[in-house]
Order: sequence, then C-alpha cells, then structure tokens
Amino acid sequence: MTVEYRDVCYRIGDRMILDHLNLRVEEGETLVLLGRSGSGKTTALKMANSLISSTSGTVLVDGKPTTGWDPVRLRRSIGYVIQDVGLFPHYTVQRNVGLVPELEGWPADRIAARTEELLDKVGLDPGLYGPRYPRQLSGGQRQRVGVARALAADPSLLLFDEPFGALDPVTRVELQRQFLELRRTFGKTSLFVTHDVHEALKLGSRIALLSEGRLVQDLPPAEFLKSSHPEARAFLECLN
Amino acid sequence: MRPGLFDELLELTLDHIWLCSLAMLFAVLIAVPLGILISRRVSLQAPVLAFANVLQTIPSLALFGFLIPIPVIGGIGRRTAIVALILFALLPILRNTVVGIQSVDAAVRESALAMGLSPWQLLTMVELPLSVRSILTGIRIATVTTIGTATIAAAIGGGGLGVFIFRGVASVDTTLILAGAVPAALLALAADWGLGWIEQKLSPFSS
Repeated sequence: MTVEYRDVCYRIGDRMILDHLNLRVEEGETLVLLGRSGSGKTTALKMANSLISSTSGTVLVDGKPTTGWDPVRLRRSIGYVIQDVGLFPHYTVQRNVGLVPELEGWPADRIAARTEELLDKVGLDPGLYGPRYPRQLSGGQRQRVGVARALAADPSLLLFDEPFGALDPVTRVELQRQFLELRRTFGKTSLFVTHDVHEALKLGSRIALLSEGRLVQDLPPAEFLKSSHPEARAFLECLN
Repeated sequence: MRPGLFDELLELTLDHIWLCSLAMLFAVLIAVPLGILISRRVSLQAPVLAFANVLQTIPSLALFGFLIPIPVIGGIGRRTAIVALILFALLPILRNTVVGIQSVDAAVRESALAMGLSPWQLLTMVELPLSVRSILTGIRIATVTTIGTATIAAAIGGGGLGVFIFRGVASVDTTLILAGAVPAALLALAADWGLGWIEQKLSPFSS
C-alpha cells in the first residue's frame, strides 16, 4: 500500500498546522516523520487513516483519495499503534489482539491461531499472557500487545505514532529491535512518527523532517546525517 | 395489630413498588439515551443538565402540585404522580451516563476508531461496557430517592405507602405513620442493596 500527500494543508483557525505537504510513501518502505512537538507530524499521520481530514489538498491511499474510501474499510486495512496503546481495558490480551479479525468475521479457531502466532512474534508467551487483562501488564508488554493487535488482520499499511516514547530506555531498545525484526518478517509499508533522531536513523528507510508544518528534508538516513539544513543539524546535535 | 391493617399494608406496598418501578422504567428509557446523545453533542450538555438540575431543585410536593393543571399528563391521580417521579429521577441517571461515557480513556476511543469500529460498535463494544457501572450507580441513586419521594404521591391521589403516612398525619396516629414510613425505608434499603449487587456483577472488571 502506498500513501501520497498532495499539497495537503491543515489549518486550525489561522494557525497552519500542515503547510502544503507533498510526500509519497512507497510500497514496503518505512518512512519516518521526524519533527519537534507541534511540527504537524501526528496530524499528517492521522490523515492516512482518516482520523483527521485535511483542510485542503488530497491524501491518497493506494492511489485513492481517503475521502473516497469508506472510513471503516480504510481503517481496517491499516494497523495503528500509538504511544498510549489504547488497549480495551475490559478485553483480555487475546481478545484485544483478535479485535480486527473478530470485526472482520473470521472464524474463532482462525482468530485463536492468529492471536497465538502474533503474541509469540512480539515475544509474549500466549498461554501466559493471552488470558490476562491489560492492567496486569507492564508498559512494554502492553505496547507489544499493541503491535500484535495492529498486525492481526494482516494490514497492508502500518501507522506508528511515537509508539515507544513512554517506555524506559532499555525496553525501548528491545522493542525497536523487535520492530526491525517484524519488518524483515512482514515487510509492510510503515509510517512512523517520532521526535527521537536516534530512533529515526535506526528504523527509517527514509526520514522526512517536518518543521512548523513544512517538509524541510526528505532523505535516506545516511544522507540525513550529512544534511546541512539548520533544523536537521539541530536534531543531529542530539546525537552527541 | 388493628384488623385489616396488614392486608392494606401489603396492598399499598405492592402499589408503591409498582409506582416506583414504572417511574424508573420510563426514567431509564429517557435518561440513558439522552445521556448518550448529549455526551456526543457537547453543546447540548449544559442546557439539558441545567434543565434536569432545575427539576431536581423543585420541592417534590410543589412539582406534584404544578403538574395537576397540565392537560394530558396532569390531573389528580396515578399518572401525574408517575410523571413527577420520572422527572425527579432523570438527573442522576443522565449525569452518570454522561460521566461514564466521557471517562472512557481518549486513547481507547481513538484506537477503537482506528481499528475500524463503526460509531455504533464504539458505543456498544467500548463506551457502554466501560460506563455500565457509572450508569447503574445513577439508576441506584435515582431508585432510592424515588422510593422515598413516592410517599408524597399520595397527596395527589397517586396511592402507595404515602396513603398511610398522610392518613396518620391527619389523624395524629403514629402507628399509621410508621406503617407507611418503615416499609418505604425498608424498600429503599432493599433496592439499594439489590442494585448494588447487580452493579458489582456487571462491572467490566469483576472477572
């Protein structure tokens, strides 16, 4: 699945959150949207699954404008992982992971098999953690479940909004490693929002740098390191 | 005990239960959907809650009185009494429905939408199960209050245990007053306990 932003603007009152964004996410790549708080990266991300509609311009998913998609169909074919995870507190871990397959009407045994497979893939013992409730898990475990839930119905696109931002540094590195491994296994197109330049360099196949709603750099990690753009330099200085 | 008192007590108690059940049934049918509606339309929230609040502050005897001259719902008798009891029961249910739905974690709501739940599924799979406890608390509070307030219904010919109380007050007969007041208090306690038990059972985290 590809995502394309064509001249996309988003305005709240007279504040420009996104200013004429033009960007294309190619099949199979991991595009990182990097930027400070308020740079518009989360807004751009949420346009891909139609949680936010642009003020002007078009967002195309798989070549079709998001306004032309049935929002429910669009969202079910896109996995979504956010910092606060948002697991259903009244569902067990396995039911949370099986949510989209359940909505899609998969037979119960197939949901069970898929849930088990995914919990295993994200490093959680299905027998041990499957029957638990989210409140019985640590932050890192919850985010692993969040990733499993996003992958459950085999979406063709994954959206990540600072998914590892609230975790301790050790768990964060573990989950980043897991992310790379899952990418090798599943090879899905991903859009990944972060303000952490380490994470961007490590996970992205391309880095799009946003500043005050504008796209100021769009480079692979190796070239991003050599960028002379002042905002890119400001981020790269965090590396030392 | 005076002859015939027991039979009448039984009859009035059943009558009281019937009066309150009917009023609560309608109050729930009105207040829960209305609460869901105003939890989605924030602009309606303040006026609707303010209106329910005002209803609540009217002294109960006065509200019964106000309703009498109104055509269709008014007049002397049971129907007017039930209408008044419904109006009194609205606020706690309404408020607790709104509070329950609004206290659903924003991240849960956002991820539910992002997983492709329809608005109806969001309501039935997420918002209602997570606010069921709060809503039931509202219903419990309203029920207990209604059982007490319903004793005043006798003043406008609504029947119920208030018949004993008013008759006892008029004839300065303490036994009669107690024959109305004690069963009403026991009913309120029983409702509080029973609905509290259901609340525990239906809580999403009880398992």
